[in-house]
Amino acid sequence: MRAVDFRLTQEQGDLRAGVRDLLAGRYGREALRASVEAGGALDRGLWRELGAAGFFALRLPEAAGGVGLGMPEAVLVFEEAGRALLPGPLVATHLAAGVVAGAAEGAAVVTAFDLGGALVTHLGEADAVLGAPSLPAGEPVPSADPLTPLHRVASPPAAAQAAAYRDEGALLTAALQVGSALRTVELAVRHGGEREQFGQPIGAFQAVKHLCAQMLVRAEVARTALYAAAVTADAGEAAGAKLLADEAAVRNARDCLQVHGGMGFTWEADVHLHLKRAWVRAEQWRRAEEAQELLAAELASAAT
Amino acid sequence: MDLTYTDEEREFRARLRDWLGKTLPELPAKPSPDDWPGRRAYDAGWQRRLYDAGYAGLHWPVDAGGRGATPTQHLIFLEETERAGAPYVGANFVGLLHAGPTIAAEGTAAQRARWLPPVLRGDEVWCQGFSEPEAGSDLAALRTRAVRDGDDYVITGSKIWTSHAEVADWCELLVRTEPVSEAVPKHRGISWLAMPMDAPGVTVRPLRTLAGSAEFAQVFLDEVRVPVANRVGEENDGWRVTMVTLSFERGTAFVGEVVACRRTLGGLARAAKANGRWDDPVLRRRLGRLYGEFGALWRLTQWNVSEAQASGGVPGVGGSVFKLAYSHARQELYDAAAQVLGADSLALDGEWMLDRLSSLSYTIAAGTSQIQRNIVAERILGLPKGR
Ligand SMILES: Cc1cc2nc3c(=O)[nH]c(=O)nc-3n(C[C@H](O)[C@H](O)[C@H](O)COP(=O)(O)OP(=O)(O)OC[C@H]3O[C@@H](n4cnc5c(N)ncnc54)[C@H](O)[C@@H]3O)c2cc1C
Repeated sequence: MRAVDFRLTQEQGDLRAGVRDLLAGRYGREALRASVEAGGALDRGLWRELGAAGFFALRLPEAAGGVGLGMPEAVLVFEEAGRALLPGPLVATHLAAGVVAGAAEGAAVVTAFDLGGALVTHLGEADAVLGAPSLPAGEPVPSADPLTPLHRVASPPAAAQAAAYRDEGALLTAALQVGSALRTVELAVRHGGEREQFGQPIGAFQAVKHLCAQMLVRAEVARTALYAAAVTADAGEAAGAKLLADEAAVRNARDCLQVHGGMGFTWEADVHLHLKRAWVRAEQWRRAEEAQELLAAELASAAT
Repeated sequence: MDLTYTDEEREFRARLRDWLGKTLPELPAKPSPDDWPGRRAYDAGWQRRLYDAGYAGLHWPVDAGGRGATPTQHLIFLEETERAGAPYVGANFVGLLHAGPTIAAEGTAAQRARWLPPVLRGDEVWCQGFSEPEAGSDLAALRTRAVRDGDDYVITGSKIWTSHAEVADWCELLVRTEPVSEAVPKHRGISWLAMPMDAPGVTVRPLRTLAGSAEFAQVFLDEVRVPVANRVGEENDGWRVTMVTLSFERGTAFVGEVVACRRTLGGLARAAKANGRWDDPVLRRRLGRLYGEFGALWRLTQWNVSEAQASGGVPGVGGSVFKLAYSHARQELYDAAAQVLGADSLALDGEWMLDRLSSLSYTIAAGTSQIQRNIVAERILGLPKGR
């Protein structure tokens, strides 16, 4: 028995480091830019490798062929995926493990109606849609995020379909957002230390410094909310984590862009990839208004 | 990651809850904000009850008169006292949260024996004489001079924004014992002294805050004699001694308040339901967002505490991340309160406006938000210092 403790266990630390190494080797900057050029097309080989590494089967019981770990471990792994901008319907496929054949092993790509409307991500390459009896037909639409291809389906299903997965989907998506938010702090700090103007690194200017400091504050508060929600499995905490993580990812990407100056406005810099993906994730599973309403309802019931 | 409590911690919580349930109804009525002697007596009375029940200096080391409790137990203590609506530290703030911990960490055995027990019992009140008219954020620029004369320092200068100066018995005073020169940078040459507030030459001029009451004061020092034996730490080493104090201030001083803010939000939700504004989705969502944010801030205090528990002591720079987020959230809370209450928030017979006004000090006192951002950027993120 241990006291209230946010520090990672040895195993959790090792798991995180292992995933970071795997992604650095298998999905470094070159692979990232290649996906961008390929319009977000998935690398099925990599998808299988992720499956083999337990990315999707992480929370399946060992008896069912899974890794048998819990949500705290899953958010650490997804945080790393968010840092690396790893593309694909990672959350939906993870949630489909044990439900859709092939999902756990990374043999199948599973997407979900997690955008709450007619748009579906990665439908063109999907083998299944979580909770849907068959694969719906859809028309490709150009996507704001070069790493997230979109399709528009003719008759979107009733909202209930993805509802069963909503809390967990939102939490895992929050983990991706937190990873991205922490990564953009690093990118901004690195650029701030390298780029010189007026005879000094721009990171020595207080206006730049203070942007970076606020970025860290946002990311750390969101990360705290994320880890706590992963441990407690409390619906309110999960909603808070998604809300704060969405804000942190979007606003940090914006500030990171600002710190990069003209370079930040280019296709070549990775900043826009973080920003656009953060915009997509903010719409997935639980939007800000929905999270706020859920929290307001909790507040109201706690207050009576 | 493990957010469950041990059996021992649960038992500690139950005993404390029990004691609070019995003790709080016995407390006298709260004095008015302008009645300083009354406020001091009230705060001292509460501290005395804590002392008698074995809760004073809970997390202080045993050799400093404390109970040697774990940071988690301390957190439980703050959570439970706040939840039960127990009094704040009030006038005992500096003694319990700044001067006391500093003396415990840096003082000699004799100094600890002299100053710590009266703080724990609520018998003596301390104030903090750091800021000066010309030395605020740039604290190391302080000028108050202390000149050695036999076994005494003779001190001349002035301090400002000194909270509780009117009722304090002692002042943790920063003085310059070595003038700044080419060989002595401003951070060196500072010493930390315990000054009795009734010493000849000490004049206290209360300053009214924007809330209307006199919460702090200017303190004039005219050839005040303080024994050299009252110096804590080495001569000219006061800056380092001070940094110990400041990290305590940012690390743990606001923990109970975060719990209080969640209670306040509950009150706001009730008020909004009563006056119908809860039906405004923009306002309702604003409150929902705050509820999520204060939930996260509570978790962040737990995180900081578990880090401190692991590193065995002094809270680290993580306190700056917390203070930045918390001070902003607290101001946003009272802005939202004004939106809930509308024109009613302007009447001073409720507590809302006074609390809203006091929230304005949170981004200034104990290091402004700009200074905290400098600390986060330079010491955590490693960005270069400007020229
Ligand atoms: C309610 C309250 C209680 C207090 N109690 C005490 C007490 O008991 N004892 C005590 O010693 N002091 C106390 N203080 C003083 C407090 O610590 C100082 O007010 C604070 O450190 C700021 O100093 P200053 O007021 O001189 O402002 P300044 O330092 O003059 O700052 C003015 C503005 O300039 C900005 N600024 C200054 N330097 C920089 C920089 N390097 N980079 C960017 N921006 C900068 C600040 O952020 C601020 O916005 C109290 C203050 C308040 C409000």
